[in-house]
Amino acid sequence: MVALNADSIALHKKDVRTSGCIILDREKFAYDKESSLYFDIPLHTLAKQAGGSELYVNSVACGFIASLVGIEFKIVISVLKKIFHKKDEEIIKKNIQAAKMGYGFKQGEKNRPRFDLEKRSLPSQLVMDGNQAIALGAIAAGCNAYPMTPSTSILTTVAHYAEQYDIVVEQAEDEIAAINMAIGASFAGVRSMVGTSGGGFALMGEGISLAGITETPVVVVDSQRPGPATGLPTRTEQGDLNFLIHSGHGEFVKAVFSPGTIEEAFFLTIKAFYLAEKYQIPVMILTDQHLADCMHNMHPFAEKSIRTERFIISREQSAGIKDYKRYKVNDSGISPRAVPSWIHDVIYTDSDEHDEQGHITESAQVRNIMMNKRFYKRLQLVKTKIEKPAAYGMEGAQVVILGFRSTHNVCKEACAVFKNKRIGFIHLPQVWPFPDQKLHKLLDNITRVFTVENNAGAQLAGLLRRETGIAVEGSILRYDGRPFNLDYLLAQLEERM
Amino acid sequence: MDIKDFRSTDQIAWCPGCGNFPLLKAVQRALLKLGRPSRDIVLVSGIGQAAKLPHYVKANCFNGLHGRALPVAAAVKIANKNLNVVVTTGDGDCYGEGGNHFVHNIRRNVDITVIVHDNQIYGLTKGQASPTSDPGLVTKVQTHGVVLNRFNPLRAAIVLGAGFVARGFVNKIDHLADLIVEGIKYRGFALIDVLQPCVSFNKKNTYKWYSERTYFLEKETAYDSGNETTALSKATEWDEKIPLGIIYKKNTVPYSERCGIDKKKALVDHDIANVTINDVFKDFLI
Repeated sequence: MVALNADSIALHKKDVRTSGCIILDREKFAYDKESSLYFDIPLHTLAKQAGGSELYVNSVACGFIASLVGIEFKIVISVLKKIFHKKDEEIIKKNIQAAKMGYGFKQGEKNRPRFDLEKRSLPSQLVMDGNQAIALGAIAAGCNAYPMTPSTSILTTVAHYAEQYDIVVEQAEDEIAAINMAIGASFAGVRSMVGTSGGGFALMGEGISLAGITETPVVVVDSQRPGPATGLPTRTEQGDLNFLIHSGHGEFVKAVFSPGTIEEAFFLTIKAFYLAEKYQIPVMILTDQHLADCMHNMHPFAEKSIRTERFIISREQSAGIKDYKRYKVNDSGISPRAVPSWIHDVIYTDSDEHDEQGHITESAQVRNIMMNKRFYKRLQLVKTKIEKPAAYGMEGAQVVILGFRSTHNVCKEACAVFKNKRIGFIHLPQVWPFPDQKLHKLLDNITRVFTVENNAGAQLAGLLRRETGIAVEGSILRYDGRPFNLDYLLAQLEERM
Repeated sequence: MDIKDFRSTDQIAWCPGCGNFPLLKAVQRALLKLGRPSRDIVLVSGIGQAAKLPHYVKANCFNGLHGRALPVAAAVKIANKNLNVVVTTGDGDCYGEGGNHFVHNIRRNVDITVIVHDNQIYGLTKGQASPTSDPGLVTKVQTHGVVLNRFNPLRAAIVLGAGFVARGFVNKIDHLADLIVEGIKYRGFALIDVLQPCVSFNKKNTYKWYSERTYFLEKETAYDSGNETTALSKATEWDEKIPLGIIYKKNTVPYSERCGIDKKKALVDHDIANVTINDVFKDFLI
């Protein structure tokens, strides 16, 4: 840990291992406590020597850490060049010089901590965070409209590639405008997506309901933070599970995905567009700050391009359409969706209850027909496409933990290293419709089940009970805005075993 | 083409004598004059008596949420620039519930035409005051009379930078139809506020009340609709005299031109069957 002020030592010292090290600059701030953990280096003096300003202290520290862990200096140079590529030559040179001074700092060598990191040779890796993966998934799925309010970095990634892929990125005046714009674009035949966070999603509620009754496909990403209201806006939580699955007033079908890895974030975004368009429903992708903002590496995807099947009446088919009824009742309950101006007829769409033509009605008979079509029949179809839960270490498992979204990696690791008992782990990449049948199968002979969740209300446990009747033994919760880490989870598991 | 081409079969649900009947005629006559087939027109509305209008016209219709017609309309136009997008909304729907979208879509200047059925009352919900109600108007909710300032939509639109600001009156159907055609042809956000008496719930601003005050701007010699100062002054006229016609008109650059989508084919015509993404992945490869 590099401490740039005394406060940070007070805050974080307890999280530094005894085998670790706290790097500080006693020339800059007085710190009279002694410990074998501390290593003193005049970061600020070196920064001024290298670049003429204390601003370069980060680069000095970067170079020093590189030398501690054995990273070749040429790698430090290439990373600094990448980070500062927009600055002029002079600034880049000074940063490299600062890093060099840190790298070459030899004083106190005897007391220096040693870190021997194993060097692995991996083929080229993709490195990105969850939000970037979602943005790329959307681009791959042919999303052409993205009205947004600034609250996730999905926006900046999509905006970066907007020109290349002909995506219109528009910053809407509020979240209500964003969801209605996405629905408008979708009505006109263009795949669209919005991204937001807790409070913004609350504002979109009526819009979700609108998508439901008008049977308009739309994809909504909720990158969750701790609430209520503004809560902890830069932290992570999983407290909106119930809120999402019950979003939008009235009864209609929706799907909610809950990716736990970068790969899932990418592929489930593509699946979200597929599901939304095929079944003409709103689909939500629920992520949390932890997955959204943390970088991971993975092997490159095999796909060079993504094949997209559309579920609209194509231009060619449009020519033959007569007496078009947007909500025509048929066996599947999914009425063929026309694009305005492609067919020679007109399309009526309404947020009121409507007849097959799309005109407003209050008829009890028509209402029942529409509920049957839009709710009952559709739910059965969407249930056939539920993303399978991922199960790890289930063979011979004495205990099973259940989680969703960003707890995936830490839960998987905990199960692998836990010594006393065999713990299996089930991860849910989709929480709605709930995979009740698959969970019944997986948990068939398991008597001890726990949920691991970043919320206070054990919402996943409650959802499991409501949908399957299975009652968990307990829930391991964390709601301080921080993600689970391995030590914390192992300790909690130990307590319950 | 014939006026019948723009009539739908849906049964009309307005009170007898409603100002919406002549407004509907004006819209149908305007569409006939415009000369584009039904399928290339999209009427977008929110909630209210005005919002029912698209159902009575043979054109594409998106009847959405209260106050939310503008975002839908803007997005429809962005998605397919070849459509003509017209919003039929009310004073409550557009200036109240949808106020924020009114402000920002004028800034956005997407090429849509917004026809506001301004009856200075909430008609669908049976007679509450709206943003354009005259101060002092007594209703079942505002039992001592409206105490809020009256919202002046024309003045607000001019100040926000709208390039086409007009007022019509349902008693002058052909004049209104012409205004609508002009508004649709205008490249950018066009606002047409229409005086539309609610015979059931607004007993103050009646046909008689409007007729006593309205006059045609076009009949005033030397009225320059391109002069912002005089336009603002005309937009402010209300209690004694109410001008009809194009209050303000100036050329503006529409949204499509500002963001470059006018040069490309319509968004909806893009082929997304095979999106190549390995270029993008290269940026994340280490």
